[in-house]
Amino acid sequence: MKKLVSDFSELDSGSRRKFLQYAMSGAATILMVQMPDAAAIQGRGKGWKQMSTKHQYAYVIDINKCIGWGGCVRACGQENDVPEGVFRTWVERYVLTEDGVYVDSPKGGSEGFEPVSAEIQEKAQRSFFVPKMCNHCENPPCVQVCPVGATYKSPEGFVLIDHDYCLGCAYCVQACPYGARFINTEKHVSDKCTWCYHRVKQGNQPACVEACPTGARIFGDLMDPESDVSQIFNDSQWMVLKPDMYTSPMCFYVELPREVV
Amino acid sequence: MDLPHGALVNYIFPNNEIVWWSILIAVYPYITGLIAGAFVVSGLAHVFKIKEFKAIGNFALIAAFSFGLFAAVPLLFHLGQPQRAYEIYFTPHLTSAMSIFGYIYTSYLILLMLEIWLIYRPHFIQKFNATTGLQRQIWYILTLGVTTYHPNSAKIDQKLILFLAGIGIPWAFVLHGYVGFVFGSVKAIAWWASPLQPVIFLLSAIVSGMAMLMVMYSFIKWWSKAAYDYAMVKKFIAFLWGIFILAFVLEILEVLFARYENGHHWAIIEPLLNGPLFGSYVIIQVLVLSFIPVFLLGYVVLSSVNGKKMLYLANLGSFMLVLQVLFMRFNVVVGGQLISKSERGFVDYHWEIFGREGILVSATILAAPFVTFYLISRFIPIFEKPAQE
Repeated sequence: MKKLVSDFSELDSGSRRKFLQYAMSGAATILMVQMPDAAAIQGRGKGWKQMSTKHQYAYVIDINKCIGWGGCVRACGQENDVPEGVFRTWVERYVLTEDGVYVDSPKGGSEGFEPVSAEIQEKAQRSFFVPKMCNHCENPPCVQVCPVGATYKSPEGFVLIDHDYCLGCAYCVQACPYGARFINTEKHVSDKCTWCYHRVKQGNQPACVEACPTGARIFGDLMDPESDVSQIFNDSQWMVLKPDMYTSPMCFYVELPREVV
Repeated sequence: MDLPHGALVNYIFPNNEIVWWSILIAVYPYITGLIAGAFVVSGLAHVFKIKEFKAIGNFALIAAFSFGLFAAVPLLFHLGQPQRAYEIYFTPHLTSAMSIFGYIYTSYLILLMLEIWLIYRPHFIQKFNATTGLQRQIWYILTLGVTTYHPNSAKIDQKLILFLAGIGIPWAFVLHGYVGFVFGSVKAIAWWASPLQPVIFLLSAIVSGMAMLMVMYSFIKWWSKAAYDYAMVKKFIAFLWGIFILAFVLEILEVLFARYENGHHWAIIEPLLNGPLFGSYVIIQVLVLSFIPVFLLGYVVLSSVNGKKMLYLANLGSFMLVLQVLFMRFNVVVGGQLISKSERGFVDYHWEIFGREGILVSATILAAPFVTFYLISRFIPIFEKPAQE
């Protein structure tokens, strides 16, 4: 597996606590300027907004390769000490039938999936698994709404949360269209997938990627033209979740059926 | 119950199983709304000089202040890390609709305190001069050390009161319209996402504040066996009726528009209204607590009914509106979270009684402004004409 480069010098520079600077230039003006320009974000040029950094990370999920084993969910839970009942990543099972769509994700898919009922099986036309997680959006609504700037986007593309700063108000939980955020019931702050930032900065892959036995989860650097994510990305055969939300996710799905929400 | 998006089974995202903003967060815009509504009445008295409201202008102001003291308390109870709440003042993240709430709320509370102090300082001075010992010391503190009162001071005070009441009205509108914006700007929750939300929140705030004042007024007069001012009640109900019609029309317009547009928005809202919100929104909020008050208050305003009968009808209608807005807050705040972002399932809301965000805490916070009002009213005249006016 390719070792990730670990130059994160720019990552912690942070863009918050600019209150004085903002106050001087006028809060109203800032509010107007800060409104995200959906058109600019959607017109991505080469497909994503390159920031002044050496890395630009992205995540690819290949629906055809996921077998719903759930090892990724378990690995994530252990790696990140995720409390029971909430999930940084989960796997959904879709069964498309002539009568409608059957979806489930018992315990986030962490223990795999029991067969569906005979009734559903009879009607089944197609079934597949969809891993979900934080999309580390380019235009993250969670970052926009955080009242104190405790959640922020790093230049390398990680959407992160400063747990020592978060108020635990859950506004970001409401703002995320993907249900990727939750309030950590032990720490009482907002929580979500970090793409295992702590592992990546040491040159490792996220725990879920490492745990996946089929290569359905791929993580890498778009700035590296040889990386798997770059090659998949350049093929343009990918989709994102809820594109009408204009959040520009950086998790790209290969072979994503239109029934997936 | 029909499930949305052709779902065969109720599927909600694993992280959507908990309703993160509970009844406590419904209480927050409710109390904030009561401030705005009560302040509007004081504004009608002090700024627009509506003579029928002159006697209740200060009552409305003290009520607004009592509510104001507790508007942010539900938020503090809700925060996972309440000890960090001050960060919203020191490092507000200005892209967030929530970030300047601290400033708007605090500045409004200061404005209220200033106006109340200016109105009541002749009373404080009078009490300071008439008492001794510890009581005198307390009144002295309330005079802020200014123990003389000249006719010229009264003139200046009057101008300042008029100015504060004048800017207070748009500021009250900002305070509550802003709360509506906090919800209306969340695109991830279709039931919230609407540019009408700030206006609806504002109008319903005025409705709840006015209706609550009417109920409080009648209760206090009944309790103290004082005479009712029927002319004021009739005029008051005319204002309340008109504003409620406006609020209700906008509330319904929002839903009708989504229905007619028949797009993605409606695909989510329809199952919500036919499903988990059918009872509390369609039946209780709209059919019972909106239509009946419209007719009740309309009868009070348009007919020649007067005296005790008018008072009873006015109070019944007002009490229903107090509840209507409480249900509206609940149906918006909690209701929006009852359809999962999976768009294929409904979330169960579990009523908690004793927890930090439970019914007991919410009810206590809701009751606190009334206790505060009672305590304040023990020491300063609420309905009497203050010396300077």
